[in-house]
Amino acid sequence: MTAVAEQTRTLTYAEAVREALAQAMTADERVFLLGEDVGTYGGAFGVTGDLVHRFGEERIRDTPISELGIVGAAVGAALAGMRPVVEIQFSDFTAQAMDQIVNQAAKIHFMLGGAATVPMVLRAPAGSGTGAAAQHSQSLEAWFAHVPGLKVVMPATPADAKALLLAAIADPNPVIVLEHKLLYKQSGPVPEAATPARLGEAAVRRRGTDLTIVATGVMVPRSLEAADELAADGIEASVVDPRSLKPLDGKSIVDDVTRTGRALLVQEAPKTAGFMAEIAATIGESPAFGHLRAPISRLCGLDVPIPYAPQLERAAVPQVADIVRAATDLVRRW
Amino acid sequence: MDLIGNAAAARQALVTMWTIRRFEEAVDDLFARGLMHGTMHLSIGQEAVPVGACLALSDGDYITSTHRGHGHCIAKGARLADMMAELLAKETGYCRGRGGSMHIADVATGNLGANGIVAGGVPIAAGAGLAVKMRGGREVVVSFFGDGAVNEGAWHEGVNLAAIWDLPVVFVCENNHYGMSMSVSRAFRVKQLSERAAAYGIPGVTVDGNDPQAVHDAVADAVTRARAGEGPTLIEATTYRWKGHSKSDKNLYRTREEIEQWRERDPIARFEQRVAATLGDQEIQSCRDEARDAVRAAVRAAHAAPDASADSLTEAVYAR
Repeated sequence: MTAVAEQTRTLTYAEAVREALAQAMTADERVFLLGEDVGTYGGAFGVTGDLVHRFGEERIRDTPISELGIVGAAVGAALAGMRPVVEIQFSDFTAQAMDQIVNQAAKIHFMLGGAATVPMVLRAPAGSGTGAAAQHSQSLEAWFAHVPGLKVVMPATPADAKALLLAAIADPNPVIVLEHKLLYKQSGPVPEAATPARLGEAAVRRRGTDLTIVATGVMVPRSLEAADELAADGIEASVVDPRSLKPLDGKSIVDDVTRTGRALLVQEAPKTAGFMAEIAATIGESPAFGHLRAPISRLCGLDVPIPYAPQLERAAVPQVADIVRAATDLVRRW
Repeated sequence: MDLIGNAAAARQALVTMWTIRRFEEAVDDLFARGLMHGTMHLSIGQEAVPVGACLALSDGDYITSTHRGHGHCIAKGARLADMMAELLAKETGYCRGRGGSMHIADVATGNLGANGIVAGGVPIAAGAGLAVKMRGGREVVVSFFGDGAVNEGAWHEGVNLAAIWDLPVVFVCENNHYGMSMSVSRAFRVKQLSERAAAYGIPGVTVDGNDPQAVHDAVADAVTRARAGEGPTLIEATTYRWKGHSKSDKNLYRTREEIEQWRERDPIARFEQRVAATLGDQEIQSCRDEARDAVRAAVRAAHAAPDASADSLTEAVYAR
């Protein structure tokens, strides 16, 4: 990195996404957006905002409600030389578009022996916490991470919302960007420069000695909050944010667990066959296994659809207190 | 383009139809002899559609294709040896052994790929059309699909997007009367699939899909419309596949008589009769020989090529 301090401002996560989109469109004529209500409406979560006034209706393209068609059109446009960025209003609706995501976008480069690429981005708000119930609140990262040919990123900070999206747009492969809806209004320092992240590079958000918490999405700020509480109680936790699930920076996770000897893996998605099972296996298959002082522990969403009632919704996914309890238990018991 | 009275055009159409026929007969034979694996979807009997349609296209125009896509690939100008090599699992194949028959593509000639999902290519064609329009280009996209595709959501979504955005796409339905075993008479209530165009506010036309001139005229009109920025057209070309859906088809759902009736309407034999006055017997025979020799050479070259290698298998998953 350069020695010159990067110019940063405080932006919300949503503003950071918008800035990445604007900078990518300014830098490259081939980049354009398409999705439901991304134009004058400004996006279901307000992410695209005023972009239609800055770039026009051709490049900020409102679509009918046709998720399969939208993603298919992006695949075709990417094949024909453009760099489409699709917004799917809620990540749950990717189920409608799964054929184009899984059978087309992910596989075309491979099926054609490398003769064509599908450089497209699919942005989708993910996660629970808004009272939107079972069809508007899911965390589906494991679906996508399981498919060879897709890349998957989960930005947890405003700076990452920008840097990971810029990396996704620059990447010659289809990249799924799962933005967390509870993070859209969170503020943080964001560099002005259009500097993309390197996909496959985790961030150690906090460094501790007693255990390593690996967390994704909104569980990253929750884990950092939990780590503050744990520190007050004499437990020093590392918090590692993979940022990019595929490719995955297993080394940073393994290194940190090797140092602390304990791993608490926190995800919002249901436990069974979730992405943290992959992280657990990554640690278990590595030399870190020999340094473990405790079994690898997972704290995940319950294996239930996300319910409506706020008290039920909170109970369905890990909260700060749950993380504190699980971490304390892991350290005290072993 | 006059495919009947213009000798050069007639010759090109006839050679290409024969090439598709001979290519697929060779595939059928190689498969029967255990020299080709996987499965195959042959388009024997349907040769007039890709030939008539692709003769209305120019260099730089795109197509999307289907699981029954050998004809589209050949008609758009692909190299036979590289196609055959792909089917024979060779490193020199178009997809280096990773795609096979169902994913055959030749991006250099504008073939964006065959698709194992029946309507999968329809929204992709709309997207390619969108790219052309956003670039201010003159190219058009022909999206080939079968009658089985028109009841999938992707078909409706793709056609609608092309319609509302006036995209330069020509939707060509090869109505060969069966979606695997499902007869068209049981699969939709409209008399002609082209009626579906009205629902999207675009022109729809049904043509004799065993007549390359009829297909060509309809596609050429649609291409003119598309290049003029007037949007997509739906063309239904009625035809018939002589062979089963794929290699596992026991043909329990149709009668020998029905197949015989359609074989009597062989698009190639009919076309030869119509161009007899233009080309003459000797020239027609030379077209047949040329196609046969080209396919033989392709089979020989493909056999001699190295097998696809697993060394780089995992590296081809992501583009760099």
